[in-house]
Amino acid sequence: MNLEFSPEDIAFREEVRTFIEENYPADIKGKDREELSKEQFLSWHQVLGKKGWSVPSWPTEYGGTGWTPTQKYIWSEENARADTLMPLPFAVSMVGPVIYTFGSQEHKEKYLPGIVDGTTWWCQGFSEPGAGSDLAGLKTTAVRDGDEWVINGQKTWTTLGQFADMGFFLCRTNPDVKKQEGISFILIPMDTPGVEVRPIIMTDGGHEVNEVWLTDVRVPVENLVGEENKGWTYAKFLLAHERTGIAGVARSKRGIEKLREIATKELDNGKPLIENPDFAEKISKLEIDLTALEFTELRSLSAMQAGKGPGPESSLLKIKGTEIQQRLTELTIEAVGNYAAPYFRGFPEEGGNRFPIGPSYAHHALPDYLNMRKTSIYGGSNEIQRNIIAKAVLGL
Amino acid sequence: MDFSFTEEQNMIRDSLSRMIREQYDWETRNKVITSESGWRPEMWAQFAELGLFMAPFSEEDGGLGGNAVDAMVIMEEFGKGLVVEPFVPSVVLGGGFLKHGGSAAQKEEFLAPMMGGETIFAFAYAEPTSRFNLNDVTTTAKANGSSYVLNGQKSVVLGAPWATHLVVTARTSGDRFDESGISVFIVPKDAAGISTRDYPTMDGYRASEVYFENVEVSGDAMIGEEGAAFPLIEKVTDEGIAAICSEACGAMEIANADTIEYAKQRKQFNVPISTFQVLQHRMVDMFIEQQQSVSMTYQVTLRLEEDADTRKKAASAAKVQIGNSGRFIGQAATQIHGGMGVTDELRLGHYFKRLSLIDTQFGNVDYHLRRYASIAEKPVAIAAE
Repeated sequence: MNLEFSPEDIAFREEVRTFIEENYPADIKGKDREELSKEQFLSWHQVLGKKGWSVPSWPTEYGGTGWTPTQKYIWSEENARADTLMPLPFAVSMVGPVIYTFGSQEHKEKYLPGIVDGTTWWCQGFSEPGAGSDLAGLKTTAVRDGDEWVINGQKTWTTLGQFADMGFFLCRTNPDVKKQEGISFILIPMDTPGVEVRPIIMTDGGHEVNEVWLTDVRVPVENLVGEENKGWTYAKFLLAHERTGIAGVARSKRGIEKLREIATKELDNGKPLIENPDFAEKISKLEIDLTALEFTELRSLSAMQAGKGPGPESSLLKIKGTEIQQRLTELTIEAVGNYAAPYFRGFPEEGGNRFPIGPSYAHHALPDYLNMRKTSIYGGSNEIQRNIIAKAVLGL
Repeated sequence: MDFSFTEEQNMIRDSLSRMIREQYDWETRNKVITSESGWRPEMWAQFAELGLFMAPFSEEDGGLGGNAVDAMVIMEEFGKGLVVEPFVPSVVLGGGFLKHGGSAAQKEEFLAPMMGGETIFAFAYAEPTSRFNLNDVTTTAKANGSSYVLNGQKSVVLGAPWATHLVVTARTSGDRFDESGISVFIVPKDAAGISTRDYPTMDGYRASEVYFENVEVSGDAMIGEEGAAFPLIEKVTDEGIAAICSEACGAMEIANADTIEYAKQRKQFNVPISTFQVLQHRMVDMFIEQQQSVSMTYQVTLRLEEDADTRKKAASAAKVQIGNSGRFIGQAATQIHGGMGVTDELRLGHYFKRLSLIDTQFGNVDYHLRRYASIAEKPVAIAAE
């Protein structure tokens, strides 16, 4: 047992750092996600695709890098350090692993290359207005009609669906069995007639998620992934995969560094806020929680290297990771004080009046805080994660 | 980076786990801790025979070539069995002072008998008014020719009733809170002028108040340089912290397992109480606290040899985690056990007691959060924008 980086690891870190410095697209550096076009969103993903680094965790035969846990750790650290916009999880961490694990040869050939090279934008069609934590209670139906599925229903919380080329949807294909046993996993091109994407504006003022309405949407039968009525199994597999990356340790470490910078600049009784022992201990406490999470993730990576998981313990990473992300935004609001108040987005007209009031680090403090409330709700709420651990780990 | 255990470490775990299961069962332990002496010298001899006291030392020092990871493995098993024999005072602390600060002659004299279990150390550092401050030392050591004369009182010296030697911190110069001017001595416990009041602790150990009245020790008994022992004291104490963090992880594992078992068996409203979601989520949080504690124990153990600030932060971070988690698990486990949880009939209460006192040993959560912050939270250098 040791924490040392081998000479190979150190060389790898240099290689990654240099690659990011030399290749990260200049036009997206430091930009707010809301300001990015679809092309800009995908640009780093595409650079990584050419380099062969866009899907590190995949099996090498499908484009994975075969990196050791240490190399993956270095990879996330370096990307967090450079504040890069990583490939979105929907393609890389969610539908991709489902396709290479359960999809047909045709699916793999047709869809995996577009995920690897970052040319296809995927979105997720899981939640419905009546199916949140009780996801298996979903009502969207897919009915077989000759060589086609005919799909009707409404999905919601579809993140960045406004840009999507393809969507992966859970649909009910058998209403007469136990609810988990009548669900299928179906791929739908988002330009299919009958697919309508409507924006949902969130408390931070942003358009990040959407409703997706499906009215007599017809797709070929071969768009079913795996077996009919086995979709719930694939969904659980996908969510376990999603949870492993969800801890966001490297990003939160960077976030604490930024928080310390803010607390150094902000004054409290004429002295840097960070010299206020109450506030200093809050940051320390958060960093201690994050250190514990970091080592839990390293243990999990190490177990995966030994051929285990990602199992239900990934729920722990999701719970603690999101609690920490949220706490970070809380402390940032505390740190910026009065300048948490000014609101810029779309007021009085979009992009028209971005006069700089207060320090730039304060501009996003409150929107980020509001936005990050989603993290303990999405990907299976943290209460659902506790149910998973209770059942699958503790046997309760 | 590597999180796997060596073959030797796995062997130590397996043999020790079996030994504790077979010879340290609940009833036996209860008899021992309430007996006159409060421990079993024959158990201590068996631990020595198993090589436990040699495990974390280099071959050069006469050990088996292991390190703090070996101590971590041992302490986790000791935590599961609530083993009271003084491994931490004698091997981790006494051995630690010798390993890092001992002269060749001192190592020669003390290490082999310590590894054999014949020489037993206890670490006398805390004083009635020092609380957790390692630099608040009022016990004095005055030079007298080539020897020193010790005067003062040390409090709650764990393992002292069983010790053959005390490792004592004393002030050779400077004022009460000065970090410089503190020295460390190895003193035979039967030296003239030492008296003790021995007592059991709430968690089944034995400790002493130790009084030094004109105790004369030879200059050879000093570990390291006169007045410059503070960094060594901090380092060895941090190693002690790593060890009891691992002990806590073992204790948490049993407390959690017992709670789950109890909740599955205990019926109220005609169903096992383990079916209640509010209790399930509490037990999940107990599991999470335990896992985070294990992670933090790895973290501190693997950082003990890094630079002083990194090591101190690592130790304090781990101690904050273990203090909070131990309290949460102990209290929640007791709550879920209901009335039975507050009786002395179940072993659970003993794990709760130990977890509670681990928080105060070597400094509690508040102390270590402040220590961590004093290193981590300073104004940062900001690059020009």
